[in-house]
Amino acid sequence: MNPLKTFTTAAILLLTASGVAQAGATLDAIKKNGFIKCGVSDGLPGFSFADEKGNYNGIDVDVCRAVAAALFGDPAKVKFTPLTAKERLTALQSGEIDVLSRNTTWTSSRDSAQGMNFTGVTYYDGQGFLVNKKLGVKSAKQLDGATVCVQAGTTTELNLSDYFRANKMKLTPITYDKSDESAKSLEAGRCDVLTSDQSQLYAQRIKLAKPGEYIVLPEVISKEPLGPVVRHGDDDWFDIVKWTLFVMVNAEELGVNSKNVEEMKKSTNPDVKRLLGVEGDKGKDFGLATDWMAVVIKQVGNYGEIFERNVGQGSPLKIQRGLNALWNQGGLQYAPPVR
Amino acid sequence: MAESRVPHASLPPPASTIGVVGWLRRNLFSSPLNIVLTLLAVYLLFVTLPPLLRWAFLDASWRGDDREACRSGGACWVFIRVHFEQFMYGFYPDGQRWRVNAAVLLLILGAAPLFMRAVSSKFKIRLGLGLLIGYPFVAFALLKGGMIGLPVVDTSQWGGLLLTLVIAGVGMTAALPLGVLLALGRRSRMPAIQTLCVTFIEFWRGVPLITVLFMSSVMLPLFLPVGMNFDKLLRALIGVTLFQGAYMAEVVRGGLQAIPKGQFEAAAALGLGYWKTMGLIVLPQALKLVIPGIVNTFIALFKDTSLVLIIGLFDLMNIVHNATTNPAWLGFSTEGYVFAALVYWLFCFGMSRYSQNLEKHLHTGHKR
Amino acid sequence: MAEHAPAPVKPPFWNDPQIRAILFQAIALVVTVAFGLYVFDNTQANLRRLGIASGFGFLSSPSGFDIIQSLIPYSPTSSYGRVFWVALLNTLLVSALGIVLATALGFVIGIARLSKNWLISRLALAYIETFRNIPLLLQIFFWYFAVLRVMPAPGQSLDLGKIVFPKLGLEEIAFLNIRGLYLPAPEFQTGFGWVLAAFGIAVALTVLLARWARRRQKATGQQFPLFSVSLALLLGLPLLTFWLAGSPLAWQVPKLQGFNFQGGLVVIPEMASLLLALTLYTATFIAEIVRAGIQAVSHGQTEASLSLGLSSSLTLRLIILPQALRVIIPPLTNQYLNLTKNSSLAAAIGYPDLVSAFAGTVLNQTGQAIECIAITMAVYLTISLLISLMMNWYNRRVALVER
Repeated sequence: MNPLKTFTTAAILLLTASGVAQAGATLDAIKKNGFIKCGVSDGLPGFSFADEKGNYNGIDVDVCRAVAAALFGDPAKVKFTPLTAKERLTALQSGEIDVLSRNTTWTSSRDSAQGMNFTGVTYYDGQGFLVNKKLGVKSAKQLDGATVCVQAGTTTELNLSDYFRANKMKLTPITYDKSDESAKSLEAGRCDVLTSDQSQLYAQRIKLAKPGEYIVLPEVISKEPLGPVVRHGDDDWFDIVKWTLFVMVNAEELGVNSKNVEEMKKSTNPDVKRLLGVEGDKGKDFGLATDWMAVVIKQVGNYGEIFERNVGQGSPLKIQRGLNALWNQGGLQYAPPVR
Repeated sequence: MAESRVPHASLPPPASTIGVVGWLRRNLFSSPLNIVLTLLAVYLLFVTLPPLLRWAFLDASWRGDDREACRSGGACWVFIRVHFEQFMYGFYPDGQRWRVNAAVLLLILGAAPLFMRAVSSKFKIRLGLGLLIGYPFVAFALLKGGMIGLPVVDTSQWGGLLLTLVIAGVGMTAALPLGVLLALGRRSRMPAIQTLCVTFIEFWRGVPLITVLFMSSVMLPLFLPVGMNFDKLLRALIGVTLFQGAYMAEVVRGGLQAIPKGQFEAAAALGLGYWKTMGLIVLPQALKLVIPGIVNTFIALFKDTSLVLIIGLFDLMNIVHNATTNPAWLGFSTEGYVFAALVYWLFCFGMSRYSQNLEKHLHTGHKR
Repeated sequence: MAEHAPAPVKPPFWNDPQIRAILFQAIALVVTVAFGLYVFDNTQANLRRLGIASGFGFLSSPSGFDIIQSLIPYSPTSSYGRVFWVALLNTLLVSALGIVLATALGFVIGIARLSKNWLISRLALAYIETFRNIPLLLQIFFWYFAVLRVMPAPGQSLDLGKIVFPKLGLEEIAFLNIRGLYLPAPEFQTGFGWVLAAFGIAVALTVLLARWARRRQKATGQQFPLFSVSLALLLGLPLLTFWLAGSPLAWQVPKLQGFNFQGGLVVIPEMASLLLALTLYTATFIAEIVRAGIQAVSHGQTEASLSLGLSSSLTLRLIILPQALRVIIPPLTNQYLNLTKNSSLAAAIGYPDLVSAFAGTVLNQTGQAIECIAITMAVYLTISLLISLMMNWYNRRVALVER
């Protein structure tokens, strides 16, 4: 047998292949397995980080836990697969994972040609630069001729080239598979600058031996809406992941959190009643339990809780809500109503 | 005529060829070139060894629990000590690690008679085959759990040296039979079988292992029907086995080619069929001839297990690499890599030494 | 009347070896083809279900990212197809350099291993046993993340000219720092073509001279000092032309500007550590092959040669090596193949080789996993077939010496 020949012929013949959606396959498989296969990053404090025992925590991890809570009523029914930036999209395309929750930027080509669907935005981000104070650089415009560490296979890599080209600056990029390796190289002086989404820069910085010696430059050079991704064509599964996210945002807006959820079930606000499954069955539409939204909130928390616990004031990263505040508090987080 | 016979003054005694001086003269100072080389080598050792020893032993830090203990300027072995358990077991749950130890102990106890001279060879063969077939199941049951009251430990939690040994062990046990079959296929007189085997072997030998691992780890589900999937570890195992199986096939083929035609003819004259000829006459001789090659392939396989790092399995290599990026322990890469190198080295060197012994032991005087 | 033996019973058809052979082969073929179709079918169904675009059209779209090392002109506006060539050339560069260095080191160590000098042979053995038994990936990491990290920052670069050749006026032209090894780059000016032409003529003359010398030696037995004369020719003629043409060569010296040195030739640390690890690792295998090859030449050959009055260096060159090469070449080929394939470990330290830049970055930016991996595998298969073919050809040539 010659697999190569098979692949090549497959690839060539597929030139004419057209997209035909077939719904439900992923959801059925997940229900059969009894757990969700969730792709996360390979070690980014606040987003997805495995401790020494191999327990994961972080905002991306909590998103998967919330989906598991929605589906099985148990946030522990997730199997996490750490993926490098290079592997993540292929792993999702192939079915190695069911959902990718790994600081992945929503772009048009990923949404279309690469066979994916973005379910929403868990974190509005933008690309920035982390440099050593000793360089005396105050602005990204002064980076002409700099050596920049960047993660391979990311939109960051593309934005970086665009930015340097637009500003007519000379760039020497070094691309690593793992964010740890970039941090290590910045520390050793192999590169002058580390570029990534700003949230990641804060996360990377606390991983350095002397975080105080490094600053994040003021420029934000791109829009990076990060969110969970599923495969194209699994509409039922897509809806569940998408609405789990919306439920968490709605919960924050309505003031429902993991601590007061039982109490709030007695609320007279019809929006809260619908959200918590007290009035009307919002589970049937998704093929889930009547009170699935309440379960998600109770077991994982609302969006604000997740944010503060993992990257906000309750964490070493201490990132401000900024763009990620609710829409009625000056941010961009806005969820369609549960109705 | 009187002839005066004055004896020639006696010649000086020949240079000593025995004792320390003789040895030195013979081995180190036999010619001007050799003298120069010796001096160069001594100088090289003088420059490199003392600082190395000072770093590794004299100035090294052995005690303590954090990086504060490592201020001496020498190697920081504390780093290894603190992470030792992690390097050995990976993320295997704390309370369950006795299962790993038990599995290793079982293997050592089970395999011990194989290395004893006193045990009869018939028993050895039976025991060896029994271990080969039975042990993987027992070990898997013990490590994975899920029966007789052992909690399940998912393969994604296996790590460190444990994982390296699992991959290497399974790879070796599976690659040898695969290699033998492929080699027999390649030497077969059936053109279709031969072509298939040649293509298969050349394909695997022609591509880098990391592309194979990448394919098996993230692309495989694309080639399978929806919902069908294997364990990630299993897929890495299959990748490693197929890859090294192809190399093994070439080694075994070398052995098969070295068996004189007379052996085949004699077997045919005795009325033996194909499998009996191969199993009883040809393979025992051929495999014995290529023991060094087989062990070399095993060693290569053992070293290649480190490539699973690239697909995110936490084998010894990856777990050490990971620990060196731990912010609390930055700057001790050298110690980590030296430790990992030492572990790999011990296994590989041990294997090559064992093969040399085995070769001597099995040498039945047919070698010309 | 002689008794006729009963006619032999015709065996049932399933025991007929010929029919069996056909049956086996048919089954094997059917199974293979079925398996192939099964995989093909699944892939097609999966891709269609996921709506993944396929085909090789993506190769002509612009890449949009930079690459740290490129042998051909490249910018982010170049196409993915261009990235492929850049990546392939990087792979070939590191493999070719690795092969040359590993062969040289391997032969030296292999011969040192057989040295009568105890210390030398032990040192060679220690080197072989150490580096052969440690995974290559670990060695790459060691050089890259542990050793090369102690290099100074660009501001405190080591001035190689000053350190290695003090007081020769070579200061400030070559530097070593954590960003790499910076060397002056030659800049060819008009008139350099004459030097190249002179070199070409020298090569042609050497070939003619070698033929003539061989013919003369066959006819008269007289030897011609071919080596020294050719060397003089190959070096002297171009140098003379160089001087006559008014030294049409300038050196572009690296200068520290801003963050980094600009200009000159740079060997990036990613390539240096990869090359170092590949060389040191593969050389151990080559050394063992060389040792085995030399030992395979029977001692009688050496004795015969010495008794004919050939010196020991001539014996090595004229008698032992030509015979040893026959044993050495086939396994040596395998090592070259291994080295080329092992160069794909570059992906682990960010050297932009085929696996890292093409099967990694391009695959990820486009999502064309099957196409990228298929192309990559096809390239490695082609390289390995080409090296095999070349070595087989050479092997056949060398083997013909046998009578």
